[in-house]
Amino acid sequence: MRMNSNEMIGQAAPRREAPRFVSGRGHYVDDLRRPGMVCARVVRSPVAHGLIRGIDTAGAAALPGVLAVVTGADIESRLKDIPQRTCPLPGMEHFLQRPLAVGRVRYVGEPIAVVVAEDAYLAEDAAERVLPDIEPLPAVVDARTALRDEVLLHPEQGSNSATSYRVGFGDIGQAFAQAHLVVEERFYVHRHSAAPLECRGLVAEWDAASEHMTVWGAAKVPFANRRILADMLSLPPDRVDMVGCDVGGSFGVRGDFYPEDFLVPYLARHVGRPVKWIEDRRESLMALNHSRETYCDLALAFDRDGVMLGMRGTMVADNGAYVRTNTGVMAGKGTQFLPGPYRIGATSFEVRSVCTNKTPSGTYRGPGRYESTFFRERLIDIAAARLGMDPVALRSANLILPGQMPYDAGALVPGMGPAIYDSGQYPRVFDHALQAFDWARRSRRSGTLDNGRYIGLGLACFVESTGGGPGEHARLTLRHDGCFDLALGTSGAGQGHETSMAQVLAECLDVPMRAVRVHIGSTTLLDAGFGAYHSRSAVMSGAATHEAARLMRSRLIARGAQRLGRREDSLQWRDGCLADPGSGAVLLTLAQLAEGIAPHDGPAERGEIEVQASFMSDRLTYTFGVQMAEVAVDPGTAQVEVLDYYCVEDLGRVINPEIVHGQTIGAAVQGLGGTVLDEFVYDDGGQLLTGTFADYLVPTSTDFPVVRGETLELARSPGNPLGVKGAGEGGIIGTGAAVANAVSSALAAAGISVTALPISMKNLAALLEQARAGEKGEDMKVQGDYLLNASRDRVWAALLDPEVLKASVPGCQSMVETAPHTYEMVTRSSIGPVGVRMASTMRMLDIVDRASYRLVVQGNAGPAGFAKGEIRIRIGDAEANGTRLDYEATGEIGGRLAQVGARLVEGVVAKMTAQFFRNFQQQLGEPAAAATGSPAGAPARQASIWPTWPMVPWLIAAASLGAAVALLITCAMRG
Amino acid sequence: MAEMHSIDLVVNGRAVSRNVPARLTLADFLRQDLGLTGTHVGCEHGVCGACTVLMDGDSVRACLMFAVQAHGREITTIEGLTPAGGLSPLQQSFCDHHALQCGFCTPGMIVTAEAFLTRGERIDAASAREAMSGNICRCTGYVPIVHAVMEEGRRRGLARNEDE
Repeated sequence: MRMNSNEMIGQAAPRREAPRFVSGRGHYVDDLRRPGMVCARVVRSPVAHGLIRGIDTAGAAALPGVLAVVTGADIESRLKDIPQRTCPLPGMEHFLQRPLAVGRVRYVGEPIAVVVAEDAYLAEDAAERVLPDIEPLPAVVDARTALRDEVLLHPEQGSNSATSYRVGFGDIGQAFAQAHLVVEERFYVHRHSAAPLECRGLVAEWDAASEHMTVWGAAKVPFANRRILADMLSLPPDRVDMVGCDVGGSFGVRGDFYPEDFLVPYLARHVGRPVKWIEDRRESLMALNHSRETYCDLALAFDRDGVMLGMRGTMVADNGAYVRTNTGVMAGKGTQFLPGPYRIGATSFEVRSVCTNKTPSGTYRGPGRYESTFFRERLIDIAAARLGMDPVALRSANLILPGQMPYDAGALVPGMGPAIYDSGQYPRVFDHALQAFDWARRSRRSGTLDNGRYIGLGLACFVESTGGGPGEHARLTLRHDGCFDLALGTSGAGQGHETSMAQVLAECLDVPMRAVRVHIGSTTLLDAGFGAYHSRSAVMSGAATHEAARLMRSRLIARGAQRLGRREDSLQWRDGCLADPGSGAVLLTLAQLAEGIAPHDGPAERGEIEVQASFMSDRLTYTFGVQMAEVAVDPGTAQVEVLDYYCVEDLGRVINPEIVHGQTIGAAVQGLGGTVLDEFVYDDGGQLLTGTFADYLVPTSTDFPVVRGETLELARSPGNPLGVKGAGEGGIIGTGAAVANAVSSALAAAGISVTALPISMKNLAALLEQARAGEKGEDMKVQGDYLLNASRDRVWAALLDPEVLKASVPGCQSMVETAPHTYEMVTRSSIGPVGVRMASTMRMLDIVDRASYRLVVQGNAGPAGFAKGEIRIRIGDAEANGTRLDYEATGEIGGRLAQVGARLVEGVVAKMTAQFFRNFQQQLGEPAAAATGSPAGAPARQASIWPTWPMVPWLIAAASLGAAVALLITCAMRG
Repeated sequence: MAEMHSIDLVVNGRAVSRNVPARLTLADFLRQDLGLTGTHVGCEHGVCGACTVLMDGDSVRACLMFAVQAHGREITTIEGLTPAGGLSPLQQSFCDHHALQCGFCTPGMIVTAEAFLTRGERIDAASAREAMSGNICRCTGYVPIVHAVMEEGRRRGLARNEDE
């Protein structure tokens, strides 16, 4: 490994933080002791929804060692809404949370009071003696139920929808109207979150003399939190400092402003002693932001070559009881990433984020991306099966091409401009992944049995935005020891910034890495800063460091010129020294340049030889990745074993490949766990049932032993001086999709399609059970075959004749050809006294001349639901110049229609098909007998208009489907 | 007020005598009373392993023990496994393999690994992975941790075969 100063970017430099971590000399917030320190404990609501009648604190306050007990009512005038920090979606500002509940509680775990005592044990004793009197209200725990606005969490808002809006671009109507195939599916991703190993904690100390508040334990966005806290405490921001310690993992959930971030400092000022607060694991699981829970109805329109024409859908995110600082990212960015890495000319999405009586939700690694990648990549595999295309070919046909970069992916987040993918080599990365994983050979095993388990292979592609703005600041100071202190506005939680940023400075300033000390995570270091979120540090802190290096170089040359009495342009800065450009002789070393600088007390102290630099940019960087999974599914135990998991991501340029690789593997394992294990489960009353690590399962070393990752550096970003793209979240983004695709491939023969996560043993067992019982939910299947007394040519001609269509479908009132092989029809059926009108679309697909095709019928019955049917027809020559016709009709119903059982639906379709053939035989007066498998007969229900030549069974199937649906609508509407 | 109990034990080779309440956990005793903050608390219900220490050579969960239960015992924490002025080969192996990121699980991992390797049995990747499966890590995905343990196992002459 070369260690020349100016080649440090791209080196796997060992992490300088590691030695103290492995020896137990990390300094986490709970390791901090302040003189006179006392401990706080939060009292949390035991019910999910209720009205606070009173909180009895007398018993708690009377305990020896208790300094204070504070309720929301006590300090109501001081409680302000915790504001949003990022991605505020329209309307969300009305659903914010105050640090203590006043009047109403809205989730189990909501802070209702806080206790301060001499030590943590006493504080816990006291907290147990705080007696809340809460009148319970009904709780709503499902987002779809909450959408009905029957139980309102925030009655003054009149709705549970924190936001509701529509976004899109292009002509979506045309895209779907001219589609050869539309696939539509309903998906669900479950509630889970990061569960970092260190629980949250803070220590706050109020210096009354200088009226200054110091808070230790800051993470992620110390400068933003300082502003929020200062405002809440009515202090100027420069009287508040947030100081970072070592942080035991964040993954997006730690560090944003929570209720405790106000309460602990407030208490420190209130009791006049330093206050420490450390949550326990049960609290952490119920109080740290939850994430991911989203329903999505998604539809893709394809042309006959599998080219995506349009995408539309509905996203409903479950944001828990309140909107937090970053809640909008889930639904907002989730929607932005639905189209992903594919060229789609038209989109239309309805987006909602709805309140439920559960823990509020926010960002968790790859927020919105994990969910939308699952929805889209799963739908693509479903479409591939319907189109009869290889899922790889279908993706290849649609990937955005290098020639299209920078690519405008549309503006799909209110208040934000379009997403411009800066650079990318998607097809090349895709091919690389296919080769590296040996996809072509291995995927042939999908669906095969190996030692009693079904093997399945699945893949997923994704785009990820990184390098979130608006910018970053750096302060670079030369110290008396000839070393540099680099202070950056970012924060750390194990990403190794102290090492990677030292590499950047070493290369940009051409100094040895050992001469660089990096300091992050505290507002004491800089006047302003932003932090670590949206995988931004490599881009933002890297660029700020690059700029600081440039400014420092000039500064050093100026100082040297002064010392030497030479002109600046006669000096060269090289390899940590000032040299003569001509001879190369070293004129001044760093140590010599540092002579005369006064010693300093700590990195926060400003210095004599110092530069301040900034990098401001709103241009995000975009990475592209592919993930592949090989799984083995045990049909007996419903267990999924991930035999092999492979990730690749094109990051353009990498600062420390070992750090990046660690992020990839760690994120992938986190995501695999999230897909199969992690799950927050609530009961109907809003009680969290998974409040310990015995119930909320995170992966251990034996769960996913084979995880491989690769990083490619193909497409640098043109948006920052280093050309880097942020990293750290990509590894998690494709895991739900790839594993779901793999499991669905493994069990395709059983008709199992994973559309909801997690793929837990419980959920998979239910799918397997359903498949076993032959009960496929709302699917129905009818098949049969007939001998027709007409030649194959005549039958085929009839199959394609629109006049025959119109005359043959019973109750058909209008049929209009809207595109080649696409018909909009309106049918009216009478069932007894009831008339039902149904609009449907019929398309002919996969036409093989005089041999076969598929007919897809899609009917929309408005609020009663939808029905889709597909009839596959094959014809062949039979004896005596006849034609043999086989048909297989499958259908799906959704919405209220689906409440009518599958058996009933199947029965109705079968009856009607048989009825038509009976009529047909009567009409023809010829013995056109059903060969095998024809459904049982039933008396004719209604008169039909028959053509004078042989009735074509596919029309019958389509008609029977239409009529059956009409009947079912009636039943559903009555029922 | 809580009754105090007198306990005598050896921690990292040093004799320690204290008066403690019965309900003080061993983890809190080590961290707060003795200032040995290298042992971390992650769940307090014995699942995550961040609090793992050695008691008479065996790995135990300090969060599930009371300090009074350690009376007369010999406790070794991560600090006791760190040589003066340097790192043990096991610790160095963790650094070399990038087997840590945030560092919060790391002391527990190293104590568990030490207990496993000290048994002196032949090991391989599968048994090493199994041995570490009682310690949760949220950052690394475990792959480099198993590599680090295997490398140390090899150094101690315990590796069964070389094909991982």
